[in-house]
Amino acid sequence: MLKRTLTAIGAFSCLATISVANAATEVQWWHAMGGRLGEVVDEIAVKYNESQSEYKLVPTYKGGYEDTMTAGIAAFRAKQQPHILQIFDAGAATIINAKGATVAVADLMAEHGAGFNKEDYLPGVRNFYADSDGKMIGMPFNSSTPLLYYNKEAFKKAGIANPPKTWEEFEAIAPKLKEAGYIALAQSHSPWIFTENFHSRHNLQMATANNGYDSTDVKIMYNNPELKMHWGKVKEWLDKGWYGYYGRAWGDNQDAFVQQKTAMWLGSSGSFGGLTKSAEFEFGGAFLPHWKSIVDEPKGTFIGGAALFTMSGHDDDEYKGVADFMKFLTSPEMQYFWHKETGYVPITNAAYDLAKNDGYYKTTPDAEIGILQLNQPGGDWTKGYRLGYYVQIREVLYKHFDDIFAGKSSVDDAFAKIEEESNDLLERFNATYN
Amino acid sequence: MKRVQFSHSPIPYLFIAPQIIIICIFFLWPAAQAIYQSFLLEDAFGLSSQFVWFKNYKDTILTDAWLQSAGFTLVFSFLVTFLSLALAMLLAVKANEVIQGARTYKTMLMWAYAIAPPVAGLMGNLMFNPLIGDLYYFLNAMGWDFNHKLDSFDAGFVVVLIAVWKQVSVNFIFFLSGLQGIPKSVLEAATIDCKSNLRRFWTMTFPLLAPTTFFLVVINITYAFFETFGIIDTTTGGAPGGSTSTLVYKVFTDGFRGNDLGGSSAQSVVLMVMVLALTVIQFRFIERKVHY
Repeated sequence: MLKRTLTAIGAFSCLATISVANAATEVQWWHAMGGRLGEVVDEIAVKYNESQSEYKLVPTYKGGYEDTMTAGIAAFRAKQQPHILQIFDAGAATIINAKGATVAVADLMAEHGAGFNKEDYLPGVRNFYADSDGKMIGMPFNSSTPLLYYNKEAFKKAGIANPPKTWEEFEAIAPKLKEAGYIALAQSHSPWIFTENFHSRHNLQMATANNGYDSTDVKIMYNNPELKMHWGKVKEWLDKGWYGYYGRAWGDNQDAFVQQKTAMWLGSSGSFGGLTKSAEFEFGGAFLPHWKSIVDEPKGTFIGGAALFTMSGHDDDEYKGVADFMKFLTSPEMQYFWHKETGYVPITNAAYDLAKNDGYYKTTPDAEIGILQLNQPGGDWTKGYRLGYYVQIREVLYKHFDDIFAGKSSVDDAFAKIEEESNDLLERFNATYN
Repeated sequence: MKRVQFSHSPIPYLFIAPQIIIICIFFLWPAAQAIYQSFLLEDAFGLSSQFVWFKNYKDTILTDAWLQSAGFTLVFSFLVTFLSLALAMLLAVKANEVIQGARTYKTMLMWAYAIAPPVAGLMGNLMFNPLIGDLYYFLNAMGWDFNHKLDSFDAGFVVVLIAVWKQVSVNFIFFLSGLQGIPKSVLEAATIDCKSNLRRFWTMTFPLLAPTTFFLVVINITYAFFETFGIIDTTTGGAPGGSTSTLVYKVFTDGFRGNDLGGSSAQSVVLMVMVLALTVIQFRFIERKVHY
């Protein structure tokens, strides 16, 4: 008798769990956050699922940014797309120009009762994933910006007080660092840091048609004297032993800094958390340097990282869940949690205020540098760019930067080729998407 | 003259049907899709597409980047095929002569066979890492100003080395079994006629191994063209300056990284034609010289 009762209870509780699981509407979220970042994403999902019972958020790691984008596209073509797809900065043009592939986050949240006010978001964050009218299409998620990290011990050894604010200052201290046994600088992403953000920092136009926001019929403007001057200098630094190039992989260049081969490293504001764990020396963060010869006062940088796009082709019921989750994700508490755990910047003013009031920046001032840099005054060309086939254009950049470094081509030739090949790609994109 | 009609039984067709179906589903259908796709300009999400005849071919074939990639593919395939065959043959002939501990030698030479190309690539990546790589330090200590992140020759050296290392063991197994298939009596008769080891190898062993060698040449060219993808992806990623990007790798980067489906399909169709031509040449002209 007892045995039967127990079996019955067991069977009943099993059924009960299943029916509860069925009752919640599933929201699929494909993301590209590996390692520690992926763990934090899972924690967010747990927090969200515990906070309510109507929806069940299921995050799935799909590999790197490119892998996630390809997986999402393949799924969309097979009509198996997730509700939320994380797409990185360089892929923004591909997904935003595919009319009908996504639901604009501004519309989604307004329509499904979650409310949406663009002014809630930090100025530097608002426009990057918006259309030409400023309507937000993707919800910025992991927003980062390039920063300078420096080894304080190396600086002390070389007798330097402060990290360089300008590249002119960099040129003055690099020989001292070399004498102290360090390569002065390495950086982890030539297209992002030394090309795209170079234009934002110096308020230079990147491409015609309002940096590509207004039309897909656009021409690249990388073949400009300022950028060429910069790359001429970088090559000069490499030859003088002031600059280390450890290949194009992000981690290899970061490792050079962690292992104290280089005294400075240009990485992402999101690298802060990882560096705190891996670096066995005292380091500090600083703004991305600029050329004083180009601008006196530098402008803010672009947000890098990625945004969450809502894919089309789902039920209203599920969209309600997506909107509900977006609201949860952008709440000050969650943004602060994400900011603290990963080093990515919070995307709303309320979350930034919360972090300030909590005294977070008193104990860890370096965590604020990224936000301060994003909040520096903007110019005409600091809100972002929207260029098609930009993933391949980055390949073109890498290719010709490699050739400059190897001395295989002059800076002038390399940039002439970059312009030609990029414009061919943009033309193809325009023909494809119109 | 009267033609004799045999009544055919359908049973043989039934037996080969599974194979034919597999070929249709996994080869002919995707190939047809690629050819169709190569004439289209289509956005990544498949929301709009237009028929553009040969625009994709014009845009992607014979460009600087494609020519560079094609050149590298040819040199790379030649080197990988030649070196891995030559080394494997040398090792097989030598291992075949070993009497003491022969099995240990053979087993150790076969080990690398079990390693998947991407894993081989990752191992190579560690050994050539500029910060912690032993081989990187070794080559630099030998006086070679070695930097595969910057120098395209050095990068080519790295991928060829890993690709050859990975393939030698496969070839070794085939050569060894080929050698064991040569009748002892023939070799003994040759020993009576000729004292020189080297000459006996070239006049007796090598021709008798020809069927194995021919089979391996075909297999190795396919390997160098397609399967080395994993090695390239995990070591150089086509860098520096696209100088170690094979045609297959370029198809992948354009199609799966850049989401340019039409351009990528056009390149894969051209690649398909190239490999087809190569195979025809091999069977037409080289196989004639092989005596079974």
